[in-house]
Amino acid sequence: MKALHKLIEERVKPNFTGDGKLKRFWVVFDALETFLFTPGHTTSKGVHVRDGIDLKRTMFLVIVAMVPALLFGTWNIGHQYYLSLGDVTTADPWSMMFLDKVIVGAIKVVPLIVVSYATGLGIEFIIAGMNGHAINEGFLVSGMLIPLIMPVDVPLWMVAAATAFAVLIAKEVFGGTGMNILNVALTARAFLFFAYPKQMSGEIWIHDVMASKAGGVLADGYTGATALGHLANTVGQPVSGEVSTGVMSMFGEGGMFSLMNCFIGSIPGSVAETSALAALIGAAILIWTGIGSWRIISSFIVGGLVMGVIFNALALNAYMTIGPVHQIVMGGFMFGAVFMATDPVSAAQTNTGKWVYGFLGGLFSIMIRVFNPAYPEGVMMAILFMNVMAPTIDHYVVEANIRRREKRLTAAVA
Amino acid sequence: MSTDTATAVAPKKESLFSKKNRKLLTDPLDDSNPITVQVLGICSALAITVQVQQAVIMSLAVLFVMIGGNVIVSLMRNIIPDRIRIIVQLVVIASLVIIVDEVLKAYSPDISEKLSVFVGLIITNCIIMGRLEAFALGNKPGPAMLDAVGNAMGYAWILLAVALVREVFGSGAISFPGVGQVKFLPESWFMANGGFYENNNLMILPPMALITVGIIIWIQRSRNRSLIEEN
Repeated sequence: MKALHKLIEERVKPNFTGDGKLKRFWVVFDALETFLFTPGHTTSKGVHVRDGIDLKRTMFLVIVAMVPALLFGTWNIGHQYYLSLGDVTTADPWSMMFLDKVIVGAIKVVPLIVVSYATGLGIEFIIAGMNGHAINEGFLVSGMLIPLIMPVDVPLWMVAAATAFAVLIAKEVFGGTGMNILNVALTARAFLFFAYPKQMSGEIWIHDVMASKAGGVLADGYTGATALGHLANTVGQPVSGEVSTGVMSMFGEGGMFSLMNCFIGSIPGSVAETSALAALIGAAILIWTGIGSWRIISSFIVGGLVMGVIFNALALNAYMTIGPVHQIVMGGFMFGAVFMATDPVSAAQTNTGKWVYGFLGGLFSIMIRVFNPAYPEGVMMAILFMNVMAPTIDHYVVEANIRRREKRLTAAVA
Repeated sequence: MSTDTATAVAPKKESLFSKKNRKLLTDPLDDSNPITVQVLGICSALAITVQVQQAVIMSLAVLFVMIGGNVIVSLMRNIIPDRIRIIVQLVVIASLVIIVDEVLKAYSPDISEKLSVFVGLIITNCIIMGRLEAFALGNKPGPAMLDAVGNAMGYAWILLAVALVREVFGSGAISFPGVGQVKFLPESWFMANGGFYENNNLMILPPMALITVGIIIWIQRSRNRSLIEEN
């Protein structure tokens, strides 16, 4: 490590500083150098309390926390693919064709990640170069989150368009990293959801499922719809009607979307959102390192559970009869709670605010997906909505605190 | 606005295309654009910019109402009692709008249908009321007409720019009154026919009009630094 540092300091750096040959690319060099080594800057004025960890390393830990979800998602893409072809069964998911599954998954996931990073970082580099400031590292996490919440077969140019839109409109317009109102990765997904609805809903969650269907090689009774997609069909149907009982049979013990399958995540869905287990491992890493807010994650989950219980009590359609725990392990709820809602920039900042923000986010997630079949994935809408509301929540928390202390002061004086 | 009324008391007789009057024509295109700088007339800019042909018709309608309104009110400026001037202005605008509406219904019923209430709502377009109130009431008909043309053009080019972006990316087509909508992308490009391309549905939805206007403001301000507020 020391040798590398010396090499960079003595041989590489002079090319970029002062009158070096490559000084126009200082921004790029700076970004890469600070990525490798913690910069040697110290505070020059006044006293500051500083943590040993900086933004780049914070971001990197979030990516580490995403690795379980990413690896599981990669395997799951292959698993669903072979399942749709009837090559494997759900009986023994782990040992059969393990390598084949991972290879299929990697072929789908790697291009998504490459496109997302290339587009996003390209724009960041250009804008940083134009404005003459150092490149911010905010995109490290967004660039990883974007591919993880895409459907498997989404065309790559759409990913590029969505990433460009999100980086420009959701972030750079507001002043770059740390200034965005909305979560960048979710903005990218919302863009795709509204811009290309045909590619973002329906039977698109499994690699090549339409081609398999057209070719007649699809396994019997297999559809590419997600758990939420199936459940959306039950809205407006009588609880014990034919449609509802048919769908509900998939959610019972031994069904395709049984509680265990939903928790482990071996169900169709976006690249890495399916596994509640992987998201929880990520949550453990984030909470243990102190990067993700445990207040937001736990209150988000509580909010979802509360809404689930309320729906159970109402039980107006089959969707509402799904148990609260089952409800929160389906779809992107856990992934959103752990990686999206905790975004330190767009979430509420005060501790009380975080409780309110998380709770309402979870509540709305379940509410939107049950009430509005057109938006099966309510988590995205709920988190974006709460992003917008977060400053308002913080405002009232701060105001309440001021009033409380004012009252205490007047009481003490009197 | 106060500078506008100051021009009313110009002592010397000046030609219609003097430097000051030319400024009336060019200022609203950029420095005091009704949409991007004064943020007036936003509703119609968001609502009727899905297709270029609607935007063209709307721009022409506003141009007509604006010139008519400004000139008529300017001619009557000395006899309008101050207390009821808003009502008088409204009557003038409303009559002009009804003329536009009837002409549209007679000669291009399909576009009239697409524009629906928005022709009628020209009455409430703040740009028109604003110019009558701020300029026509205190100026001679000549400059008032130039001011109307300038502002209507400032409104029109934003409308056309937004509509062009939205129609090209949202429908893969360009339309023009009298020509109709021309789809210029080959059908085989589309995913339904095994291609790779898909029209951007978000462009059809109103939020994208707002974002497009925002991007125009962004570009305008980065080119014209005098528009940026102090803090």
